Amino acid sequence: MQVVGSDLKGVTLMSNVALNAQNVGKSFASEEPFIKRWRNRNGKRLAVNDVSFQVNRGEIYGVLGPNGSGKSTLIRCIATLLIPDAGYIEIFGHDIERDEMIVKRLINRVSVDAAFFKKLSAMENLLYAARLYSMDGLTARRKIREILGRLGIKELNQPLEHMSRGMQQKVAIARAFLSSPILLLLDEPTTGLDPRSKREVQEFVLEMRDQHDATVLLTTHDMDEADKLCDRVAIIDNGKIIAEDTPQGLKESIRHRIPQPTLEDVFMELTGKQLVVEQDLAKEVS
Amino acid sequence: MSFWTRELRATYAFVERNFNLVKRYWGWELVWITYSIVNSLAITFIGAGMEKISGQSVDTQFLILYLLVGTLIWSYLSVVFDSISEMITWERWEGTIEYTFMAPVSRSTHMIGTTLFAVAYGIFRTLITLGVVTFFFQINLEKANLAGAMLLLLIGSVSFIGFGIVAAVLPLLFSERGSQMTHVIEALLLLISGIYYPISVLPDWLQTVSMLSPATYVLDAMREAILHGKSTVELLPYAWPLLVMGVITIPFGLLVFGIVERFAKRTGRLKRSG
Ligand SMILES: Nc1ncnc2c1ncn2[C@@H]1O[C@H](COP(=O)(O)OP(=O)(O)OP(=O)(O)O)[C@@H](O)[C@H]1O
Ligand SMILES: [Mg+2]
Repeated sequence: MQVVGSDLKGVTLMSNVALNAQNVGKSFASEEPFIKRWRNRNGKRLAVNDVSFQVNRGEIYGVLGPNGSGKSTLIRCIATLLIPDAGYIEIFGHDIERDEMIVKRLINRVSVDAAFFKKLSAMENLLYAARLYSMDGLTARRKIREILGRLGIKELNQPLEHMSRGMQQKVAIARAFLSSPILLLLDEPTTGLDPRSKREVQEFVLEMRDQHDATVLLTTHDMDEADKLCDRVAIIDNGKIIAEDTPQGLKESIRHRIPQPTLEDVFMELTGKQLVVEQDLAKEVS
Repeated sequence: MSFWTRELRATYAFVERNFNLVKRYWGWELVWITYSIVNSLAITFIGAGMEKISGQSVDTQFLILYLLVGTLIWSYLSVVFDSISEMITWERWEGTIEYTFMAPVSRSTHMIGTTLFAVAYGIFRTLITLGVVTFFFQINLEKANLAGAMLLLLIGSVSFIGFGIVAAVLPLLFSERGSQMTHVIEALLLLISGIYYPISVLPDWLQTVSMLSPATYVLDAMREAILHGKSTVELLPYAWPLLVMGVITIPFGLLVFGIVERFAKRTGRLKRSG
């Protein structure tokens, strides 16, 4: 393991905290002014609301939450694709706004939608990605074959649009691994994959952490996956973190109500309360 | 790895990617090239028919060359302008924009890569068009100063690049209407730059506006070089406004682009879905 102040990818790491988010807030202009519950007073929709957490180097940190709870927005903020309205985020001690270029070299992200140039092949798409991360063509081609081979993708020269969604998702994962990020942001990386592919990807994630010194931030709707992979889990609802602990710790916290709790029970318990409040609100409105 | 190695590799990323896109979308490219050839032919035939249209004697050879210069230069400049201004539209459509913007690449490198390809591709397409057109018309280039014309065309590209960068901002600002708006800019340039007629036929106020279009100077210089065989030294007066415009519009374009990119990241306009 590298120590503080050490050099990695030509970047000096300023801290052993891989990710430090403090009081991060992000809102969007509301497009549906009539739906009251998404609004605060300014007619803005708070997607991420005063979120603070830290991820230590080498951890796999899960972010769980219902649809629309702000997980992807949070990840976009970390990935420099959105500028937060409030708070700050540091990656290994580098502020994402002040040291944007440095941060960009340390991170990569996989999103739910495998976004590619549809007519380009897997090889052409990944070659483009690799060059953006200043890899030379020869090394890139070798690495691309290696990673795609491991993920079971053999068709390197067919347009990507001919591949199934699951296979495209694997290519998207390969794209992120290709740049050897030390902070990997995975936004539902296994959604849409069959059980075997899912397991392959999960093993790949563990390998990235164990052998390539990567720290991982992961969102998923698969509670078993979170339980299996994550060292710690935050549960986010309505843009706010409502619980944070190890999967074990979270399960312990509801043992007094449910004797053999799973992470799914925890999710239901914690986000269920919110559901009641929302339904009440909806009643009030109507 | 040095800063320059990194930026050079990234520059090449854009050139190679765009080359691959042209290769994979060859059907579309074929359509565009055919369209631009037919268009050039149709316009040049106006010159050929002028004697019949007006019933008076005109210098048909001169007129054909006059229109041909206009249509070829316009086809070149619009390829350059389109390739740059569609940079954002294209990636938004494919959905890759977040990945390109997340990469550790400066926006100037992004633009340089896109531009290099645009210029090379513009020259390639224009040469094809020229090749086909010469089958249809007798073109006499004995007097022409082709080297000087090429030089001025390259200098002119620089200022068009600046305009392209400014126009590329629009799709970032307006997700849906943005790309139509760049076409409006292009149409205006076509109107005021004296592509098919001398700008002196325009109303006074439009003549003043046309002084702001780099294409005006490129076209004047091209015609002086090709129709009147002016020497390269005599063409230099056209180069200065082009250089000045390039020196102003490129940094200005990058500045505006930077501001708009921050705005897009604050308001969540980069993303498409998910
Ligand atoms: N670019 C944007 N513009 C406007 N609103 C947005 C934008 N991105 C997200 N939102 C809104 O912010 C809220 C949080 O969305 P987000 O995508 O972060 O949720 P999520 O937790 O990732 O949901 P899911 O589990 O469905 O992926 C939603 O109400 C969404 O409509
Ligand atoms: Mg999401």
